[in-house]
Amino acid sequence: MAQIFHRSTNLISRASIFGGVVIVGALACALYAIAMSPWYTEQNLVRQQPVPFSHRHHAGELGIDCRYCHTSVEKSSFAGLPPTETCMSCHSQIWTNASMLEPVRASYRDNTSLAWTRVNALPDFVYFDHSIHVAKGIGCTTCHGPVADMTLTYRAGTLYMSWCLECHRQPEKYVRPKSEVFDPYYQPPSHASPLTFEGKTYTDQLEFGRVAIKEYKIQSLQNCSTCHR
Amino acid sequence: MNEEHKTNNSVDLAAVRAKLAREDGKRFWQSIEELADTKDFRNFLENEFPAGPEKASDGINRRDVLKLMAASAALTGLSACTKLPTEKIVPYVRQPEEIIPGKPLFYATSVPQAGVGTGVLVESHMGRPTKIEGNPEHPGSLGATDVFMQASVLTLYDPDRSQAVIFDGHVSSWSDFTAAMDNQRIGLAPRGAGMRILTKTVTSPTLAAQLKKLLAQFPEAKWHQYEVCGADSEREGTRLAFGKPVNPVYHFDRADVIVSLDADFIASGRGHVRYIREFSSRRNLAAGPASNLNRLYVVDSMTTSTGAMADHRLPLSAAAVEDFARQLATAVGVKVAPVGGVELPGDWLGALARDLMHHHGSSLIVAGEQQPPFVHALAHAMNAALGNIGKTVEYTDPLEANPVNQIESLRELVSDLNSGQVEFLLILGGNPVYDAPADFNFADALMKAKLRVHTGLYNDETAELCHWHIPAAHYLESWGDLRAYDGTVGIVQPLIAPLYDNHSQHEILALFTGDGDKSGHDLVRDYWQSQWPKKETFEAYWETSLHDGVMVGTALPMIPVSSNADFASQAASRAVSGGTNALEVVFRPDPSIGDGEFANNGWLQELPKPITHLTWDNAALISPATAQRLGLARGDYVKLRFDSREAQAGVFIVPGHADNSVTLHLGYGRSRAGKVGTGPGFNAYLLRTSGSPWIGQGLSIEKTGKTYSFACTQQQNTIDVEGHPADEETANADRRDLVQIATLEEFKKNPAFAQIPETQVDRDLTLYPNVKYEGYAWGMSIDLNRCVGCNACVVACVAENNIAVVGKDQVERGRAMHWIRVDTYFRGGLDNPEVYYEPLPCMQCENAPCEYVCPVGATTHSSEGLNDMTYNRCVGTRYCSNNCPYKVRRFNFYLFSDYTTPSLYGVRNPNVTVRSRGVMEKCTYCVQRINAAKIRSEEENRTVRDGEIQTACQQACPAEAIIFGNINDPNSRVAKLKAQSRDYGLLEDLNTRPRTTYLARVRNPNPEIRD
Repeated sequence: MAQIFHRSTNLISRASIFGGVVIVGALACALYAIAMSPWYTEQNLVRQQPVPFSHRHHAGELGIDCRYCHTSVEKSSFAGLPPTETCMSCHSQIWTNASMLEPVRASYRDNTSLAWTRVNALPDFVYFDHSIHVAKGIGCTTCHGPVADMTLTYRAGTLYMSWCLECHRQPEKYVRPKSEVFDPYYQPPSHASPLTFEGKTYTDQLEFGRVAIKEYKIQSLQNCSTCHR
Repeated sequence: MNEEHKTNNSVDLAAVRAKLAREDGKRFWQSIEELADTKDFRNFLENEFPAGPEKASDGINRRDVLKLMAASAALTGLSACTKLPTEKIVPYVRQPEEIIPGKPLFYATSVPQAGVGTGVLVESHMGRPTKIEGNPEHPGSLGATDVFMQASVLTLYDPDRSQAVIFDGHVSSWSDFTAAMDNQRIGLAPRGAGMRILTKTVTSPTLAAQLKKLLAQFPEAKWHQYEVCGADSEREGTRLAFGKPVNPVYHFDRADVIVSLDADFIASGRGHVRYIREFSSRRNLAAGPASNLNRLYVVDSMTTSTGAMADHRLPLSAAAVEDFARQLATAVGVKVAPVGGVELPGDWLGALARDLMHHHGSSLIVAGEQQPPFVHALAHAMNAALGNIGKTVEYTDPLEANPVNQIESLRELVSDLNSGQVEFLLILGGNPVYDAPADFNFADALMKAKLRVHTGLYNDETAELCHWHIPAAHYLESWGDLRAYDGTVGIVQPLIAPLYDNHSQHEILALFTGDGDKSGHDLVRDYWQSQWPKKETFEAYWETSLHDGVMVGTALPMIPVSSNADFASQAASRAVSGGTNALEVVFRPDPSIGDGEFANNGWLQELPKPITHLTWDNAALISPATAQRLGLARGDYVKLRFDSREAQAGVFIVPGHADNSVTLHLGYGRSRAGKVGTGPGFNAYLLRTSGSPWIGQGLSIEKTGKTYSFACTQQQNTIDVEGHPADEETANADRRDLVQIATLEEFKKNPAFAQIPETQVDRDLTLYPNVKYEGYAWGMSIDLNRCVGCNACVVACVAENNIAVVGKDQVERGRAMHWIRVDTYFRGGLDNPEVYYEPLPCMQCENAPCEYVCPVGATTHSSEGLNDMTYNRCVGTRYCSNNCPYKVRRFNFYLFSDYTTPSLYGVRNPNVTVRSRGVMEKCTYCVQRINAAKIRSEEENRTVRDGEIQTACQQACPAEAIIFGNINDPNSRVAKLKAQSRDYGLLEDLNTRPRTTYLARVRNPNPEIRD
């Protein structure tokens, strides 16, 4: 009885079996790459805002403290977005005719709020609290990135759960002195820029971090209910 | 041996009685169905969510299911591939100084209930009231709340509330209304002939002043009042006893012996929230066996919440309570003509009378609103004879601005309407077309008024028949003032601007008194300013009063009363029914929706009523013996005929109900209540006449042959105490009782009676390593001796945790979502069982059976001992609920949370996830409150103080039965309670190590009475 399949079929079937495995693997890698890519995480994505507000100019060049606008960052879960009145406290005096600021003036005049597009968004089932992080020595730029260099604001981290846990598992890698929390140019201690804390000098973040988590009673909270409820 | 029963759903009451008789009254049971071991009961016992007959979706077969499963498995992963939606942040233009976004603010106000105010603190998130808490400074609340106060915030956001001014069935406007009323005012001048105003009970000093001013301007105008569940009997009783109406203020905390004559002071009536606190304070066993417990005797027809707390309860038909009161009065030395005819068991009455005489000056007798004024007067006379006046009961002037007999007041109005004298009728609140006595034919009479104006929260039965309807402002939207049970005035201040075109009664009345241009705020403030002697200091007083929610110095002074002895010679007010088989009918306000005012409130509709555990319905409630005699079974649909009026209702059998008596709860059978309230139940008002407003004789019941299906949660979530096959652990079965009780005598002999050595297991008997909890270890203690089963905890939990309403059909399938339930256990025979309440939240087991079986790690253990539930991880396998011996897990079988009605967004707690379909949920000990307190304490560099965290159920509890705290701190309240000898856990032999434990109930029966 003649063979139904030609001998070359063996090669085809082998190739498709092994090729299949490779394709599935490659697909998985590709999906992971997509899931971690800024296209999907919206990391580094600049969003359209009603006014092209520059943190670089205000927080960086002018050196306005974060808390001048984000007033509730030390008191509440929400850092707070400034009311139009806060913008107008300066802009009623300077740049009063700048066309760029017309939406701000219109808001103040018509008593209608500015609607900003949220940059750092978490899903609704995540309950993050700014005040406790700030109180424990986690700086603004640790999560929000180099805000003082951002001409237009973008999300610096993925804000994925693994990203949060990175710090929650090892807070000593990220903690800084409470006095430096709002410094947008803060750099962790190194030989080039040593850090003096409680009378001692540190040149290594981990060395400082271990002291700080004791001093600040920082817990490594990883219970689900810490953030989800 | 139960095989034949398991296939049977019918209940043979005679067999049940025989079974109970065999078990010498020691057994605890939750429902008659449990005793009969019906198929439904087995189903609920053995499955947490019985695979009930789902609505047959047509044509689905096995292949389709497999296809769907494959497709959904393939798509599951894709659901993670959605990007977060883009959100807007909308800051203020000018931010109010006191608002910190993300932090709630609390404001004091007062909740009206039948005209009487109870002080509350309202939680407000960014100007949005979300949760009601009691005001500790207010005498009527002392920090606690009840179910109606808790649920009132949902009514504010009810999408069915009336939203526009209506004229002749068309949308009109407030300005048109004011113009029309201006014409009326001019037309009615100068004397106001033909002008009638109908209000509910008015205790508000401002409203009273406005009415007085109006009546002075229009001397021929008349003001009528009608409130179904007001205090007519109480008021007329004092008029009878003292010759003038007065307001009794009880001091339950000072009473050693309390007798309730059909009085349900725990569930209803003025001051009931405070009275629970006072009553429970005397059920405190902190001092161990030496504690001074009170003793409660209850005589009632329906097994009421108060009856359930009794040390001795005697079910008597409501009409026979008067006979009982006469006999008791005679026994304690009040001269009254005894009627006799009521048979009392043994020396019940004699023992009770001796107990009362023995506690001269520290006893208390209270009569219920359903009882005629004569019984109230007798209660006052007995209190006088027992030296209680001035000690356990005091009197003030009436709370009402005009204390009239309200049924007579309405009768007068109806007769004026019928004789065509009424030109203009202004109905300020209330729904008389629905709830007026049936013999008044109010709807017909109403149509004879030339111009009819109605204001109310809903465009209801009465609004439909009126020319004008003005949407009333909710109390959270308006200014006002209310007197509390002792007369203390609390200011009602708005938490939010009116959501729609709403106006308060003050604003509407002002249109007639020439104050039409004043706002509600100005009307109230100006009134109090006019009452205040010194102008300079008023501002400070006003600010303080607003802040505290209480106007200092406004409590009515206690006044001396002198008894009017003549009343007692009055003959029996009716023929005695004793011995005959005639049926009486008793009307009572519904424990969940009151007189119908809350019919459209889903939280309350779905709340299982005390004792019956009915939801979404009222029923003809009868005793087991009466059911046997009449051949009725639960669910029989019957025709009720009374006084030539008819209604149809389902029969429901209540253990402990008095024989030959049928209790009907008011408030159901609404025809224009809204999407939630229109439909459920039957209208008991159809049978209620002005001659028999509460108790009537000569009801007849006739079977229709149809059956009615109830959504009753009594047999759902039954904890399976047998657990194992019977032969394995029969010896321990009765030792696993979920309720532990003893009498005071037994407690004195064995203070550790609740701790059963057989149920104690070796702590190392576990596959997992033992965990040592450092830092905080959260735990809860629930005192069964204090809990009065009022359900406030259940509604508070619903409000705090965004718990969804599922509807009657889903409740019938055992899918009600409540995270805490109040289990009710009976012990003893069907006719007068003892009743025990057991509030049951998640036990937060240290060895939690649910955690081991979750395949996705959605339920895990926190380092502080909480049983965390992570909704976003849950894929809905339901393994956890299947493995929970306490049956406290709830599953979202459908999208129960309302995602589409915008007004309901307002009521949600922003700190708790709104759960979606396919997700398991359960009590978390209010972890959002724990986290908030921990963050606060960490920021202040300290530990969480004891009492700083109150769970929602604890905060609402008027009885202070629930205490939460850190059990690692030996000085915390909860640790001290858990150290008491009465402490025990449920199903401890399973080694689940529950963090929620109970303090056993200790009864204090009179040794002279053998029940």
